[in-house]
Amino acid sequence: MRKIYSDEIVEKLSETIIEINYKLPKEIKNCIKTAYMNETEKYSKKYLDIILKNIEIAEKKRIPICQDTGLTIVFVEIGMDIKIEKGKYKNLEEIINKGVEIGSKKGFLRNSIVSAIERKNTGSNTPCVIHFLLNDSNKLKFTIIAKGFGSENKSRIKMLKPSEGKKGIENFIIETVKKAGSFPCPPLFIGVGIGGSFEKAAILSKYALSRIGKEDSKYRNWEKEIIFKINKLKIGPSGFGGNITALDLKIETYPTHIAGLPVAVNLCCWAHRIGSFEI
Amino acid sequence: MKNIYFPLKKEKDLEKLKVGDYVLISGKILTARDAAHKKLIDDIKKGKSIPLNIKNALIYYTGPSPAPPGKIVGSIGPTTSERMDNLTIPLLKLGLKATMGKGERSEKIVKSCKIFKAVYFITYGGCGAYLNQFVKGIKLLCFEELGPEGIYELEVINFPAIVGIDIYGNNFYKFR
Repeated sequence: MRKIYSDEIVEKLSETIIEINYKLPKEIKNCIKTAYMNETEKYSKKYLDIILKNIEIAEKKRIPICQDTGLTIVFVEIGMDIKIEKGKYKNLEEIINKGVEIGSKKGFLRNSIVSAIERKNTGSNTPCVIHFLLNDSNKLKFTIIAKGFGSENKSRIKMLKPSEGKKGIENFIIETVKKAGSFPCPPLFIGVGIGGSFEKAAILSKYALSRIGKEDSKYRNWEKEIIFKINKLKIGPSGFGGNITALDLKIETYPTHIAGLPVAVNLCCWAHRIGSFEI
Repeated sequence: MKNIYFPLKKEKDLEKLKVGDYVLISGKILTARDAAHKKLIDDIKKGKSIPLNIKNALIYYTGPSPAPPGKIVGSIGPTTSERMDNLTIPLLKLGLKATMGKGERSEKIVKSCKIFKAVYFITYGGCGAYLNQFVKGIKLLCFEELGPEGIYELEVINFPAIVGIDIYGNNFYKFR
């Protein structure tokens, strides 16, 4: 049984939430660079050029990539062979929120979190949204996304009929991107969750976003076909038209009920701010 | 590339702008997003006067991130303009002459721009670090309690944008 101390979790989380808001991962940057090379529409190409400059300035001058420093999404994979020494905190949830709160202050991130109905700012950029997952390791693994809400607002979920199958899924994904148009800051990263229940599909779609640029899924060919069809929509960067609407797309699946086929499509702007670490 | 100053000196200044033009904005502009708009519109509905002068002004839809030490402001890119579509016309009626954000706007905003001789600028979504360079000053005007959603006056020099809707009722997104 490995012991893991709360202070280490708080420290690493606070460092990571800062870092991801100032520096995009290499695989995300590479997607944007490739888009710049392949874009021919002149307004769109210029926008992609400014995006690349923005990424550079954010990193060098230490200014957050986007003023919407996001709602923080945390996937925690908890190994069965660890013991968390919670110290002064009540539980792991409080430890995680503390890490994000400290990081947000230190990193000059925007306090974007309000109570849902009263719309009162919590003043701490928390609570974040946490998904707990279990595995059989002796580690604690965190994947953190600073999720912008321009794109989150345009995400959708639908309970398809099983008979609609792959064609129905494709149509729903493409329709979601089309309806979103210029609003979610395309070019987009797209997470698709298929199966499970209503809420499981939504969580899978976010998890799919966290897997962008990682190893290929068994649906890679299908993903590429869908990307190709999305790009034929010609929405283009910022909706300015052109070849590149989707930068990448990832599918995650889970077995579902004989009567159902839930599909969730989680859109993410080009500024996919993500990082991970393990203890 | 065309230059434009805010607040406008004369209404005619907008006549030269056509959809798709690259512009550089200088002068003093205002910020406001969802919560501030709601407050302004509530005041207007109640017949009260609003706590700032928006005549000939430009409202930039943004909620900047906090300024790190030694910097004027943090990241300061545009938010989605569509969310303000139902809250814009009463402000145009009070003499607002320009809005700036990202993404398309509804047909009624396009029509209103023609009626009220106002323009809509598109600036670069997600590029708040890049756009930071063109902001030379920031001053809180009202709604401090809204934090990043308060109304600020920004001093800008050569702030880059594209004309999204012109005073002739042309829409960049449809035009192309």
